[in-house]
Amino acid sequence: MSATVTRRSRPSAAVARRRLTHPFASAAVFAIAVLWTIPTFGLFLTSLRPEAQIKTTGWWTFFAEPQLTADNYVGVLFGGRDALAGYFVNSLVIVVPSVIIPIVLASLAAYAFAWMRFRGRDTLFLVVFTIQIVPVQVALIPLLQMFVGLHLAGTFWTLWIAHTIFALPLAIYILHNFIAAIPAEIIEAARIDGAHHAHIFRMIVLPLAMPAIAAFGVFQFLWVWNDLLVSLAFAGGVPAVAPLTVRLQQLSGTYGTEWQLLSSGAFVSIVVPVIVFIALQRFFVRGLLAGSVKS
Amino acid sequence: MSVPEKFGQALLALAIFGVVLLVVLHIAGRTSTRAPRLSIALFLGPALALLGIGLAYPAIRTIVASFFDASGRNFVGPANYLTLVEDPTMQRVVLNTLLWIVVCPVVSTAIGLLYAVMADRVRWEVLAKTLIFLPMAISFVGAAIIWKFVYEYRADQPGIQQIGILNQLLVWLGGQPQQFLTVEPRNTFALMVVMIWIEAGFAMTVLSAAIKGVPRELLESALIDGAGPVQQFLQITVPMIRSALVLVLTAITIAVLKVFDVVLTMTGGQFATSVIANEYYAQTFRFFNSGLGAALATVLFAFIVPIVIYNVLQFRKARIS
Amino acid sequence: MVADGIKPWCAGISSGTATGWPLTDWLEDIIMRQQGVDFYDQWVAHDVPFNDPKVADSLDELGAILKNPEYVNGGIGDVSSIASTTFQDAGLPVASGQCGMYHIGDFYGSIFPQGTTIAEDGDVFAFALPVWEAGDSMTTEVGGEFATAFSDRPEVVAFQTYLTSPEAANAQAASTTTSRVSPNSGVDASLYPSPVSKLSAETLTDPSAVVRYDGSDLMPAAVGSGSFWTQITNWITGQSTRDTLDAVESSWPAN
Repeated sequence: MSATVTRRSRPSAAVARRRLTHPFASAAVFAIAVLWTIPTFGLFLTSLRPEAQIKTTGWWTFFAEPQLTADNYVGVLFGGRDALAGYFVNSLVIVVPSVIIPIVLASLAAYAFAWMRFRGRDTLFLVVFTIQIVPVQVALIPLLQMFVGLHLAGTFWTLWIAHTIFALPLAIYILHNFIAAIPAEIIEAARIDGAHHAHIFRMIVLPLAMPAIAAFGVFQFLWVWNDLLVSLAFAGGVPAVAPLTVRLQQLSGTYGTEWQLLSSGAFVSIVVPVIVFIALQRFFVRGLLAGSVKS
Repeated sequence: MSVPEKFGQALLALAIFGVVLLVVLHIAGRTSTRAPRLSIALFLGPALALLGIGLAYPAIRTIVASFFDASGRNFVGPANYLTLVEDPTMQRVVLNTLLWIVVCPVVSTAIGLLYAVMADRVRWEVLAKTLIFLPMAISFVGAAIIWKFVYEYRADQPGIQQIGILNQLLVWLGGQPQQFLTVEPRNTFALMVVMIWIEAGFAMTVLSAAIKGVPRELLESALIDGAGPVQQFLQITVPMIRSALVLVLTAITIAVLKVFDVVLTMTGGQFATSVIANEYYAQTFRFFNSGLGAALATVLFAFIVPIVIYNVLQFRKARIS
Repeated sequence: MVADGIKPWCAGISSGTATGWPLTDWLEDIIMRQQGVDFYDQWVAHDVPFNDPKVADSLDELGAILKNPEYVNGGIGDVSSIASTTFQDAGLPVASGQCGMYHIGDFYGSIFPQGTTIAEDGDVFAFALPVWEAGDSMTTEVGGEFATAFSDRPEVVAFQTYLTSPEAANAQAASTTTSRVSPNSGVDASLYPSPVSKLSAETLTDPSAVVRYDGSDLMPAAVGSGSFWTQITNWITGQSTRDTLDAVESSWPAN
């Protein structure tokens, strides 16, 4: 990502016209957007249909014979012994530290790899990059053994630590890509002024890197919010700590038969990530310059 | 634990972290000139320590385990690797994985890139981008059900209705319903479509940010020179977002190598759709053959090597230019 | 039933990573009855090879039903739909009258939609799979739970013992979300909410009935939760009996 810290020029008339009148682009975008959304729309309709109909007819028949019911949503929100709200809280409690901690640690490491000089720096960076390939499942048992040994099993700490570990390699890679692209003159100027690394990091790099941090923050939020595997492995049997995803999976019943509840559950669960995305989208949909400091 | 207690724990964790962080930055600041190495250690230490314990150590343990048998107790040398080479099921698993990494990253990135460029010029840009991003926000369980309603098969007989939209379209067009998930090799492609559907949103998000960073002046001067939109795209936009493209292709390739939920939930790995990450899970946790599972994981680790080489080359190229 | 225009059987074996298990149960049921429980025991213990000719005979018997498009797949479609229909969905056409019978465990009653009456004169009912020849003793295949203790502290042992008592069994018998049947002769049979559970209980507590554990549960994991499931799924989608059984036999772990 090239972070050119230049002033945005006002769009010329020609470009402005192009923005509004590009029929081919408009049509293509519309077509792709519709295609991409149809499957999800199908599930949304499904979540509002009665169970018997879901299992025997296609969701498009809804238009011929509309029949709506809130049963699936009621079942998800209030069904089962515990209210869903408790699991919502757990998800929030798990997600927030699991986003903040890896981002901070990764920014520090990314800065070090980008702007600190030491022997073996590039090799070490490659090692960190390489370790991305290790799938979560490989680490589950060793980590669980460690957590049990540290008497942390069944607490939120296991999830925070696990999510942080799994997020670090990609986070360091993405943030390094961005932080390394900051113009050297800015860093040099600060050094000449006598600033040391910690100062440069806090005062210059962090603000400039905000858009990339926000973008990665959104991804990390999504991945942790929607995670099932790590939560099952470390918090599966502990309702006090288990997040929404685990609960929704349980709701599908002993034999997985109540999966119509999963359709409404998926939408109940998606509310928060969509809000987060919309709130932060200006950082990347609108461009890296949106939140940055103009030089 | 009550709700306030839970939030309390989260705040406590963040507070502890914040304090440690401030202390670290403070010490780094103080000792920066006298002991620059300390700064480096403080900046890198926490991340490296976590990675070492959480990923590196298990990875090494796994590589070692690949030379032992199913119980992990008897050394068998390269026997597990020989199985991977000779057993037709395992060959298929590796082949499928290769197919996935050849198709998915390129298609996802291409769609993401084209969409990012085109949506840039549309008035309803934010909505357009949000819709493509939406599949990333849906949990995997949700996505599996969504696609169930796309691929589901019902025979075309009286009294039976289609509940999967693809087969419904086929029937309306006069064709026969098809099994998308139980017939190979189309089932692997059917699964790849799901992955592309999700990853295109990631590609689009990162690339659209990069595209916005291309200076307007450059684009305009190209137009003034008479370049059409396609030339403008190929000769100015693409080279300027090169590092973002490399990042996106790399990140998606790695995600595809690790893909396991898609296959697990939609076909269980049956009907010749299994890939390495899925087979690792099956061998290790369901069949209790930790040796063979570890060999599969090690082969997966090896796949990163070409990706590393690619990234290093790109990095060197960027440095030179 | 075929003459009446109803397909006698519906079947569905899709179950995520466990796809295929209902067919393994069916095959085990047939082997137990057709070849006798002694052979069944030998087969499960691998004293005879998995692909013994008797096993092939029984699998072909199953094929005569399940691979016959006149007999399957009631209410769902054709033979190919067996592999792609989940076991939960496959039995539903029995309640809607489009399919004659569904071979499944006694827990299935709770899967029918709310309002389905399960009784001899109701919407659906169940009966035990019959014996092979008149005069054979009733054979049943069961799946069971093991209460495993990881320590021998007194309270753990006490709880483990409690779980085997009639009191514990009675408490579980009343469950309406699934069928929990106990062979404990001290259980009060009137507590079972479903007539199907009562039927199961009668068989389990009958001293002359012959009961065996599910074979695939007893076999090594690589077979019982692995190749047996995957190969028999391949079988229903077209693989030959011989190839199927040979493949499972060759996957049996060496130790």
